[in-house]
Amino acid sequence: MAKFTAKPVDLLKINFKTPKTDWMDTPVNIREHMYCHPAKAKDLETVGFPNIHEWRPADDNWNLPEDWKEIVINGIKERLQKYRSFHVFMDICVRCGACADKCHFYLGTGDPKNMPVLRAELLRSVYRKYFTAGGKIFGKTAGARELTEDVLKELWYYFYQCTECRRCSVFCPYGIDTAEITMMARELTNLLGLQLGWIGGPVAACYMKGNHLGLEPHTIKSNIEMMLDDIETITGIRINPTFNRKGAEILFVTPSGDLFAMPGIYTCMGYLMLFHELGLDYTWSTYASEGGNFGFFTSNEMAKRLNYKIYAEAKRLGVKWILGGECGHMWRVLHQYMDTWNGPADFLEVPKSPITGTVFDNAKSTKMTHISEFTADLIKHGKLKLDKSRNDHLKVTFHDSCNTSRGMGLLEEPRYIIKNVCNHFYEMPENTIREKTFCCGSGTGLNASENMELRMRGGLPRANAVKYVRDQYGVNMLANICAIDRATLSASMDYWVPGVGVAGVSELVANALVMKGEKERTTDLRGEPLPGKEGAE
Amino acid sequence: MSSLQGIRSLNELLSEKKQAILEKWFDSVLKTYPHDSAKFLKRQKDQFANPVGSTIYRGMGSLLDLIVNSADTDNIIKSLDEIIRIRAIQDFTPSHALAFVVELKRVVREEIKGETCASQLIDELPEFDRRVDGLLLLSFDIYMKCREKIYELKANELRNMTLKLVERANRIFEAKYRNVDLEDIISQGNKTERGE
Repeated sequence: MAKFTAKPVDLLKINFKTPKTDWMDTPVNIREHMYCHPAKAKDLETVGFPNIHEWRPADDNWNLPEDWKEIVINGIKERLQKYRSFHVFMDICVRCGACADKCHFYLGTGDPKNMPVLRAELLRSVYRKYFTAGGKIFGKTAGARELTEDVLKELWYYFYQCTECRRCSVFCPYGIDTAEITMMARELTNLLGLQLGWIGGPVAACYMKGNHLGLEPHTIKSNIEMMLDDIETITGIRINPTFNRKGAEILFVTPSGDLFAMPGIYTCMGYLMLFHELGLDYTWSTYASEGGNFGFFTSNEMAKRLNYKIYAEAKRLGVKWILGGECGHMWRVLHQYMDTWNGPADFLEVPKSPITGTVFDNAKSTKMTHISEFTADLIKHGKLKLDKSRNDHLKVTFHDSCNTSRGMGLLEEPRYIIKNVCNHFYEMPENTIREKTFCCGSGTGLNASENMELRMRGGLPRANAVKYVRDQYGVNMLANICAIDRATLSASMDYWVPGVGVAGVSELVANALVMKGEKERTTDLRGEPLPGKEGAE
Repeated sequence: MSSLQGIRSLNELLSEKKQAILEKWFDSVLKTYPHDSAKFLKRQKDQFANPVGSTIYRGMGSLLDLIVNSADTDNIIKSLDEIIRIRAIQDFTPSHALAFVVELKRVVREEIKGETCASQLIDELPEFDRRVDGLLLLSFDIYMKCREKIYELKANELRNMTLKLVERANRIFEAKYRNVDLEDIISQGNKTERGE
C-alpha cells in the first residue's frame, strides 16, 4: 500500500493515469514494506564488513562515506577484471526483451525497473559511463549515466528486489545470468555498509555459531530431542541419533531452518525417521550445522568463508561422504561453488549408498549428495516399505525450487518420490514448473517480515499457479525441497491461496514410511489424524 | 424491465455491450500501471504468464455478468476479492486501489450515450449507480481484510519464530518443576530478584 500523499481535493479528480517518462528520468521512490531493515553494526563488525554506519533506507541522507563514489567505481573495476562473466554480461545484452516479462517481481509489481533487462540496465548505465568510450563521450545517448546518490539508491532498491532465481536467464538467447549481475550489485552495496539485517544477522550468527539461527550445540541437540519425543509419540519408536561422532560413514548437513522453523521441523523429523529405519551410519554436526549460506547474498569471499566448515568438519570427523538435506540456495552453493572454493575434497570418497550400492557419480567432485537423489534411489531399489494411503488426506503439487531445478537440474527425483509416497499428485501448469518454475518471492535473504508486500507481489505468479490446481483438483499441499520455501510459502499461500499447506518431501516420505516395530499410527507427523483414523486418539 | 417495442432496458444494453464495456473498464485500470507494463498486462493472454492482467480482466468480466444478473453478494465478493487482493499489495493508496469500481459508472455512461431509449435509461441509471455504490462499499471491506491479513502474516511469522523457544522453555520448566508448586517458584524468583 502506498502512503497517503494525495490531498482530499486531489482525490476528487479521479485521474490515475501514470506519467510516461523514460526510465532514466523516473526517480526512484523507496517505498515502505518493499525493503528490509538495515543490518546491525555489531553483525557487520563480526565478519569485518567495511564502512559500517547508521542509515535508514527511507532517509534522504544515507550517511555514506565521503569517497563512496570512488569505492563503487573501483569495486566495479575490480569485479570486471576478476569475473569475465560479469564483463561479458555488461556488454552483450541487445535488449531483445525476452527476459522482460519473466520475472516474478515484474509480474507482481508491474514496475518496469523489475524487468530483468531494465534492472541490469540500472548497473549497465553506470558501467558504460565509466568503462566504455561510447558512454564517456555520448553519455545518455549511449545509455550511460553518472553515478549519483539517487542512482546508488536505485541500485540498492531494485537489486534487493531480485531473488537471483535465474528464471529470466532461461529465456535469454545469450544466456546472460541476471543472478550474477545482482550478486555483483549487491557486493557493491556491501562495500558501502548497505547490508540488510535479515542477511547480516544470519551471516554473523553463521560465522560465530555455525548456523544462521545462531543455535549452539546444546540447543541443536535439545531441538532434535524434542522432535524425537514427537516421533516416539507417533510411532512408538525411540530414535537415538549421534552428534559430532568421529568415524561415522556419512556427515549429514541441512539448513538450520529445519531444526527450528515451522513446518521445516516436520521435514527434519522425516530425515531422522528415514535414517533410523535404514540403520544409516551417519552423524549430525553441531559445527557444520548450516547447509544454507547467506554469505552468498553478500560477497563471494563471505560465502566461501561460511562454506569452509563443511569440508573441514567432514575431515575432522573422518567421514566418507556428505549427505545434504532439503534446501535451495544451499545446493547452488554446494553443487557449483564449494569444490572450487574449498576443495578438492580428496580426503572423501565418491558417495555410495550403503543400502543400494549405487555410486553417485554426479557428485564425484563435491562428494556431497542431495537427499532426494538418495531417497529416490532407495525407492527405485525397493528398499523402503511405504504405505501411500497414509498421505491420502493430501492432494499434493510440487514447487520446484529455483536453485535445485535451474541450478542443478534436480527435476525428476522429487517427483518420483512424491508419486511413490502419495496417491494424489497434480502438476501445476507447464510454464510454471521445472526449469520455468516461479520463485517463492522471498529468496536471497528477502524472507523478512517487514517487506511482506514485496514478498506477496513476488509470490503472486507461483501462488496463481497453485490456485489453479487447488481450484481444479482440490490440491491442499504444496511440497518442495527448500527450507526458505517452507518458511515463506506458508505466508504466500495464506494470503493468495488459503487452505493449501506447505511441506518438505521428506515429511511426506516419513508419513508413508512403515518402520520396523512401529505401533499403529493414528496421526501424521503434524499430529493430524490419518485417513480413516479420525477420532482414534 | 422488459423490452417493449424495440426499447431496450439498461440491463439488456449492458449485456449487449458487455465486451465493449469490459474492454474500456479494463483499460481504465491499466492506466493506473506504468505505460510499458500496461501494454504487457493487456497483450499477454496466458493466465500464468500474466497473473495480474488476466486475473483483473477475468474478475471484471464476472462482475459485469453478476451486476446484470443481480447475482448474490457471495459471488460478487468472490470476483471483487480476486482483483482487490492484488491491488491491495501494489503501489496504490486505498482510494487509488479501489477507484476502478467507480470508473464503471463513467464507462457505462459513455457506452450508452446516444441510445434512442436514453430517456428510459435515465430512469434506470440511479438503480445501476446504487449497485455500483454497493460494490464500492463491499470493496472497502475486502480491501481492509487484505491489509489486515498482511499484518497478521507479519505477526504470525514473528510468533512462529519464537514458538519453538517457548515450547522448549515450557518442557524444561515442566520437567524440572513437575512436583513443585508454581507459587513457590514465583515467590522464590521474586526473592532472588530482590536479592534476598
